[in-house]
Amino acid sequence: MNPPSEPIRLLAFLIGLIIFAALNAAYLVWLERKVAGHVQRRIGPKEVGPFGLLQPLVDGIKLMTKQILVPDHIDPILFRIAPPLLLIPAVMSFVTIPFSETLVARDINLGLLMIFAFASINVLGILLGGWGSNNKYAVIAAARGVSQNVAYEIPMLITVITMVMITHTLNLNEIVRQQAGGIFNWYIFRWSANPLMLVSFLIFFTCSMAETNRAPFDLGEAESELVAGYHTEYSGMGFGLFFMGEYANIVIGCSLATLLFLGGWQCPFGLWPGVHWFLIKLYLLIFTVILIRWTFPRTTIYGLLNLSWKILIPFALFNLILTGAMLKIWPLIFP
Amino acid sequence: MSVLAQCDSKETFVLNLGPQHPATHGVLRVKLTMDGEYIRQAEPVLGYIHRMHEKMGENRTWAQFMPNTGRLDYLSALSYNHGYVLAVERAAAIEVPERAEYIRVITVELNRISSHLVWFGAFILDLGGFTPLLYAFDDREIILDLLQAVTGSRLTYCYFRFGGVYNDIEPDFITGTLAFIKRLRARMPMYHNLVTKNIILVKRLKDIGFVPAEMCRKYGATGPVLRGAGVAYDVRRAEPYSVYPELDFDIPTHPEGDSMARYLVRMDEIEQSMRIIEQACTKLPNGPVMAEKAPKIIKPAKGDYYAAVEAARGSFGVRLVSDGTNTPYRLKLRSPSYSNLSLFGEASRGMLLPDALALMGSLDLVIPEIDR
Repeated sequence: MNPPSEPIRLLAFLIGLIIFAALNAAYLVWLERKVAGHVQRRIGPKEVGPFGLLQPLVDGIKLMTKQILVPDHIDPILFRIAPPLLLIPAVMSFVTIPFSETLVARDINLGLLMIFAFASINVLGILLGGWGSNNKYAVIAAARGVSQNVAYEIPMLITVITMVMITHTLNLNEIVRQQAGGIFNWYIFRWSANPLMLVSFLIFFTCSMAETNRAPFDLGEAESELVAGYHTEYSGMGFGLFFMGEYANIVIGCSLATLLFLGGWQCPFGLWPGVHWFLIKLYLLIFTVILIRWTFPRTTIYGLLNLSWKILIPFALFNLILTGAMLKIWPLIFP
Repeated sequence: MSVLAQCDSKETFVLNLGPQHPATHGVLRVKLTMDGEYIRQAEPVLGYIHRMHEKMGENRTWAQFMPNTGRLDYLSALSYNHGYVLAVERAAAIEVPERAEYIRVITVELNRISSHLVWFGAFILDLGGFTPLLYAFDDREIILDLLQAVTGSRLTYCYFRFGGVYNDIEPDFITGTLAFIKRLRARMPMYHNLVTKNIILVKRLKDIGFVPAEMCRKYGATGPVLRGAGVAYDVRRAEPYSVYPELDFDIPTHPEGDSMARYLVRMDEIEQSMRIIEQACTKLPNGPVMAEKAPKIIKPAKGDYYAAVEAARGSFGVRLVSDGTNTPYRLKLRSPSYSNLSLFGEASRGMLLPDALALMGSLDLVIPEIDR
């Protein structure tokens, strides 16, 4: 059988990625509710299907058949383009993520850069959603969302620059390939490249949680303060798209952490690399994110910004300088 | 205030927090004049669930008003029962048997613990932590079961009678209560480890939301709000009633006056209530639970009477004016949350919205008791 031609392959990948994103959104909600249930000594969803596994389907049907209530006082255009604006960049980012060495829609050299380019667009979705709603709570939430995203993009990008300095490439597949051969070749344990690699990982992980508006950094939708945040006025699938976008962003954030630090599709003991390892690591990280949400109370906006500007950014900068120095000094000691 | 002084923008907007808002836990509306996320002015708007309890009291016999008292503060209904029977017993000069007094103390303190547990859960919920609520409700469930066995209801109790209590407790109740205290004692360190010591919680509560003693005095705030400002005022000690003088317990105070102090005061009060219950259970005498000479139809002598109890939220006072008939001439209720809410406007000025909501949560407001 001949390999499929490029356009067909790309189309198949795009459909696959959209299904992947949608399934993730649906079943991460299920996972979230199950984990929350067990953390809180409840059972979680159990009525629809075995272990409540059909619950996301029912929820999806409910969201889609619900009347979309559009208030009178909104900005009609901005209100309507905001949800897709949050979702589409998130789905687009999947294009360059290598699920395994061959399972990647577009193995482009600037993959990492492309993901961050798209990741910055979703802030616009939050801002326009809040602004277009013309609701005071939503506007406050949008303002918070923007300042939070801007603040956390900086340490995140500095950390990524550190990684790029070490790996010499922006190609995600190449970065993973460099981590072949067991757990101690993963960049999180590559002390020789930078002794503070673990700190880099923590900064990156914290930032990706803040970027995706996850608790304890979910200030954009702080339900006890701002009702539902920037999506207060959205109902039905408008809200559904925001929701899917949020979960797609979590998957992207955790995927990047997996690819950059945890060896992507590489096996921890050097055998049978493949898509399964990527998914195991990805879902372990997502599980951690969910567990954190149900364990910690919410920070405040200034606490959050202080954390970024006073702690994460100085650390990330120090890390950057250290990495630069290490890159120059290490070859001198061990030529 | 310093931050407010720095931003000299004249543009403010009005934010209606409520009547339906997740943080107000009821139908309270707070009209906030905001400058960005800073609060310039906060004005509580009341009356959304006003039910004219005081007026209802004037149209009913003394005994018929009893169920109303359980519907003021649905979280610690027995304290409000207690305040009312105390006032009427004072008016009609009814002696209460000692066993009934002990039963009252045990049930009221259990109710206080359950109220504080609900507050604990709801307060952390206000701060965005969802999980402690369900753990607190897990503990509270046992209290509700215990009290249900005694009083017949789970929330809006009407258990006390003029001259005693409705019926005697079973031996099971005492063993169940002591077992519950043992369980809660074991769980309190968990709450402190997981919640009190949580760095995010500490950062959100410490040095934020000051309510100094002077402000409490100005607005008549009592209860944990006052004790969180360092004033050791507790009606159970200041104007002793029932058998509290015979029991050994401390009045927990924290002098800081911030949200954390109020949080810690309530957590300490749970411990103190457990001490009280343990002592009362061991000292519980035998005997009747209802005064034999208690008249069926109460007609207090003409006059003006007042009694106050320490409810979970502060001092609850009942003032009765009797004209010698079988209905009160005037019945005035002094509810603690009303005074505690009054200071919100002044205390929240210049604060950020999330901090102000943390402050509101730390006041432990129950809206039906404010709106009576």
